[in-house]
Amino acid sequence: MSEPVSALNKAGFDGIAHVQEIGLQGMITLRGNLAAKDLKAAASAVAGVAMPGVNEANCEGERGLCWMSPDELLVLCPYDVVQANTAQLQQALTGTHALAVNVSDARAVFRVSGPVAREVMAKLCPVDLSPAAFSPGMFRRTRMAQVPAAFWMVDEQTFQIVCFRSVAQYVFDLLSVAAQPGSAVNLF
Amino acid sequence: MLTLQCPYCGVAADETELSAGGEAHLKRFGPGSSEEEFHDYLFTRENPRGVHFERWRHSHGCGKWFHAARDTQTLEVFGTYKAQTTEPPKDIRDAITAKRPGWTWRDVA
Amino acid sequence: MSKRLPTHGRLIDRSKRIGFTFNGKPLAGHPGDTLASALLANDQMMVGRSFKYHRPRGVVASGAEEPNALVNMGQGAQFEPNQRATTTELFDGLVSRSQNHWPSLEFDLGGINKHLSRFLPAGFYYKMFMYPRAFWKHVYEPFIRQSAGLGQAPRDRDGDTYEHFNTFTEVLVIGGGVAGLQAARTAAQSGARVLVMEQTADWGGRAPVDGGTVDGAPVERFIEQTLAELQAMDNVTLRSRCMGAGVYDHGYVLGYERLTDHLPMAEGPRHRLWRVRAKQVITATGAIERPLSFAGNDVPGVMLAAAMRDYVVNYGVAPGQRIVIATNNDDAYRTAICLKEAGLDVLRILDARNSGGGTLMNRARALGIRIDCGRAIAKVGGGKRVKKVQICAQDGVGGALEEIACDAVAMSGGWSPVVHLWSHCGGKLIWDADQAHFRPDPDRPPTGADGAGFVTVAGSANGELSLDAALKDATEAGKSAAVAAGFKPRRGKAPNATATPEAALEPVWLMPREAHVGLRSKSWLDFQNDVKVSDVQLAAREGFESVEHTKRYTTLGMATDQGKLSNINGLAILSDALGQPIPATGTTTFRPPYTPISMGAIGGEARGDVFQPIRRTPMYDWHAAHGADWEPVGQWRRPYAYVQSGETVHDAVMREVTNTRQNLGLLDASTLGKLIVKGPDAGRFLDMLYTNMMSTLKPGRCRYGLMCSENGFLIDDGVVARIDDDTFLCHTTTGGAEHIHAHMEEWLQTEWWDWQVYVANATEQYAQIAVVGPNARKVLEKLGGMDISRDTLPFMAWADGQIGGFDCRVYRISFSGELSYEIAVPASQGLAFWTALHAAGQEFGVMPYGTECLHILRAEKGFIMIGDETDGTVIPQDLGLDWAISKKKDDYLGKRAQARSHMTDPTRWKLVGLQTEDGSVLPDGAYAVAEGRNANGQRNTQGRVTSTYHSPTLGKGIAMGLVLDGPDRMGEVLEFPDTEGKSHSAKIVDPVFFDKDGEKQNV
Repeated sequence: MSEPVSALNKAGFDGIAHVQEIGLQGMITLRGNLAAKDLKAAASAVAGVAMPGVNEANCEGERGLCWMSPDELLVLCPYDVVQANTAQLQQALTGTHALAVNVSDARAVFRVSGPVAREVMAKLCPVDLSPAAFSPGMFRRTRMAQVPAAFWMVDEQTFQIVCFRSVAQYVFDLLSVAAQPGSAVNLF
Repeated sequence: MLTLQCPYCGVAADETELSAGGEAHLKRFGPGSSEEEFHDYLFTRENPRGVHFERWRHSHGCGKWFHAARDTQTLEVFGTYKAQTTEPPKDIRDAITAKRPGWTWRDVA
Repeated sequence: MSKRLPTHGRLIDRSKRIGFTFNGKPLAGHPGDTLASALLANDQMMVGRSFKYHRPRGVVASGAEEPNALVNMGQGAQFEPNQRATTTELFDGLVSRSQNHWPSLEFDLGGINKHLSRFLPAGFYYKMFMYPRAFWKHVYEPFIRQSAGLGQAPRDRDGDTYEHFNTFTEVLVIGGGVAGLQAARTAAQSGARVLVMEQTADWGGRAPVDGGTVDGAPVERFIEQTLAELQAMDNVTLRSRCMGAGVYDHGYVLGYERLTDHLPMAEGPRHRLWRVRAKQVITATGAIERPLSFAGNDVPGVMLAAAMRDYVVNYGVAPGQRIVIATNNDDAYRTAICLKEAGLDVLRILDARNSGGGTLMNRARALGIRIDCGRAIAKVGGGKRVKKVQICAQDGVGGALEEIACDAVAMSGGWSPVVHLWSHCGGKLIWDADQAHFRPDPDRPPTGADGAGFVTVAGSANGELSLDAALKDATEAGKSAAVAAGFKPRRGKAPNATATPEAALEPVWLMPREAHVGLRSKSWLDFQNDVKVSDVQLAAREGFESVEHTKRYTTLGMATDQGKLSNINGLAILSDALGQPIPATGTTTFRPPYTPISMGAIGGEARGDVFQPIRRTPMYDWHAAHGADWEPVGQWRRPYAYVQSGETVHDAVMREVTNTRQNLGLLDASTLGKLIVKGPDAGRFLDMLYTNMMSTLKPGRCRYGLMCSENGFLIDDGVVARIDDDTFLCHTTTGGAEHIHAHMEEWLQTEWWDWQVYVANATEQYAQIAVVGPNARKVLEKLGGMDISRDTLPFMAWADGQIGGFDCRVYRISFSGELSYEIAVPASQGLAFWTALHAAGQEFGVMPYGTECLHILRAEKGFIMIGDETDGTVIPQDLGLDWAISKKKDDYLGKRAQARSHMTDPTRWKLVGLQTEDGSVLPDGAYAVAEGRNANGQRNTQGRVTSTYHSPTLGKGIAMGLVLDGPDRMGEVLEFPDTEGKSHSAKIVDPVFFDKDGEKQNV
């Protein structure tokens, strides 16, 4: 194998917020009964964090669990162990009705950071991003302009965004336009 | 532009996060059904001015299909509920009755 | 003449002068001016010509309601037509030009239309341009094109950027006048999140001009204090230069914020469109003064009375020196007093009421102003500016009693609440006979998702025209909106304002009341569209009784101002002509936006590179660097062909086909959908989705499958690989991945929710490369790794392994008829693997190929393509694909539909090959004609071309098509007329043109 490359090779942009493609991130789609003990145990074992609640992201560093839907989790792990972790999940769930798929290469991951990061995101997503409504620990799947995306907050000033790899350039361009100098809304 | 609450993830979703899926509670007719049954299944739809039941998908969200009971004239939403049912649940029907006494829809009331 | 006064001008900074141009003429103004006030300060009373008659027109209003003062603004990439001078803030270097004239504003040839006005009545276009038909092309159309439109269309691409902003609030207040501010404060004191939008740059609305005291202090003080209080509250956001543009369903509101129109050199977006979700909306949008309908009311220098005092108080500009005022209400006396105190001559107040006004009239009289009651303006004299007025009795036909020389006329016909935003989403109106206007009916508000009203009106927008009443109304509005949003308002009393008692208004819809036709045909209702009293009366006589019909017939209330001044006056005239009360006539529909908003703001960020998402495969950049001529396939960009230097695109396609057949081709097939379907019921599920049997497929093997919708028509096709007992990987078409995924989820969630199946879309996880051609195995063997020999990996098998050190999954499938391997590697390795294949393939004659080559290769083999052979009306049986329809299954999606009589009709057109006699290429989409003609006189048809190419392999044109009884008519020749009048003959042949026995792919 050659050195794996992310969609945009860690491209960055500086405007009213900093936009950064963060490179490769291990991601596993896990579908199954989220209430089942064995699934919870398997997911937590791989991610090293407890199960998130509805619309929550439980992340620590490169590892974490995100609630995607009533029967789907996004499992985060370092890229270099994603194959092993996928196999570990599949192994642990043998015999139960579940599906674990490595989707790391199907996605691109961005960070938007800075004091007005919320505003940059609110230009593109039909979501209440005021501090009262959205805070670290929460997870949201929505529309970012014309494409689907999901995001959570790493801290009060940083969003982490997952989108499909094929539209990585579009999402980067979108975020760069939304973060253009002189465009702060000064609302949040 | 509507806002509908997804009964799966609880998000009050903007219409641009959703996809409309037409009339709710259609019964599928397959091989063995009569011409008339199949024709009605494919093509015959309610078109009420007032109480209606629709299918929506939270397509730019949790991806789940759900049902919405709403008024096509005033856009009032009586409630949303999960798709795994063949008829509107009682709490939804009661909510409609409270607002629109005497309503009917197909053979539901 | 109009000029700058030495006093007044609360909004301008007299210490600074800024330059601007109008029609190339350099002029000067002050910061704080609007373009309109600066033009008036320079005695530019005439600012444009009217749309239809090209009559000279001047500034008539001071705000968003202005119908006349529209200019072409800016130059080049900043050019924009139809900008209202009254709402355009002056900045240094502003460039403006007047509209609707040729060759110049002062001397205009189109002005001849005004002499033809008796020949251009209401409905003229409908009546005139009907006959003779032959006149259309050379007479009517050029005439209409010449006259159409207001300003010029921009020639350059817009140089600015725009954006959207989504926000949520508990209470949204639209309007930052005293009522809006008071309502906002009251709502905010409850703790609710409050957003306040004001369309102008300044807070307080009209109150500072109209005057008055609140709790004993001047109203300016009240505005300052309230504003300061709001600014200090964390739960309040104030946005000026932000117009509430439209109110929509479920509390959705659009706000139009103008960020840099007044700061053209500033960085950042020009406009921002606020997409607000509000629990409650308060519209404190004020009221608009109505003109009076008298002859010559459109001559430059005739202005709304309140606008006249706005220019004096706000900008220190006198719209004239010797002024006559006509009114039917007390408010115009404020203008008289203001003008007099500014040192201007108020020659006469003509009060149409026989009994005159109240306190304000007495105050004006005390200042020495002559007031004539029961009097009216018969006619204004002057062309490009007011020169005189003729005075007559209001109760009469217009016989002149007296003539006064003057240079400006102020008019007031009473006030109409701005009910637009209340009405956008269904709020209803009631007629207030005392004030002669429509105002919101509080019992019939627009309703939201919960069925309750979500809009409250405050202040003069609610018909509460006095300062005292407006503040009390706003306090109540703020409280009730807070309660409706789920908050508890603080107890407190409304501020106390001075109330000046006013005498009752007397409705005046025509001045004088019985004006003769000569006057009526010069009495303008709609200045922007040149609609006169006589036009509306004519429409009524001709049977246009509905106000909506009258609007369209006469153009009353159309175009950029949407009748903000003309609406009520027009429908009063219509009601009178129909002999019915005004509420029986009703209003036209108020539609958003309130005033025009820029197309840029609507588009937001979606322009240039982000106009729409472009989906790229991992090898996109390589393709671009190797001459890719792109083809859009859905949102994907795929190489159509790789064009080398000296080649045409067609040459490249021919070369790619030949090379792939003879040597080795590489295709980027990453865009094909890859859906993973897993679970104990996966096989059963796929049996329902595909027409053929998938549950019997063995792990390690592949099967081509067809998918139909429930109405029987083909929607997708692709190769299914069985990964293990529980797991399948379904390939879809490039355009199909997302919607077939959604199709699967739909059936699993809404019909077979008890089946144990999970689906995941793994399309973009893999880069997939088709290695195609006689040398395909050689290049893979050279790279080394897994065994891909004929015996180990036969046709329609797949295997996991490594090639050239890359982890991969190899599918032995072919869409070209050649020896072919489709190889999936992780997307992060896609480019590296592609490059490795390309390098290793050099000795085997490797060339990449694009989608057109792919199409020709498959057409030579008679393989169908979704979207070419199918168009949403084609079933598999039409395409001779009966072999892919399982006879053993009881059910699959589409099976019942395919048994319907129309689907089993033997006369359905069926797939055949088509070959021209001379080897030429049939035109795409051409129809085969049959004997006779149909009811419309068109040739009957018996088939059509679905795919057509030049095949370099066979050295001639090949085509596929759907033909009546086609498979039974081999060898017959059909005629295909093209769109140029030529007919092409083609013979019906077998659709498989090349390697009928499939020997090449089986090596």
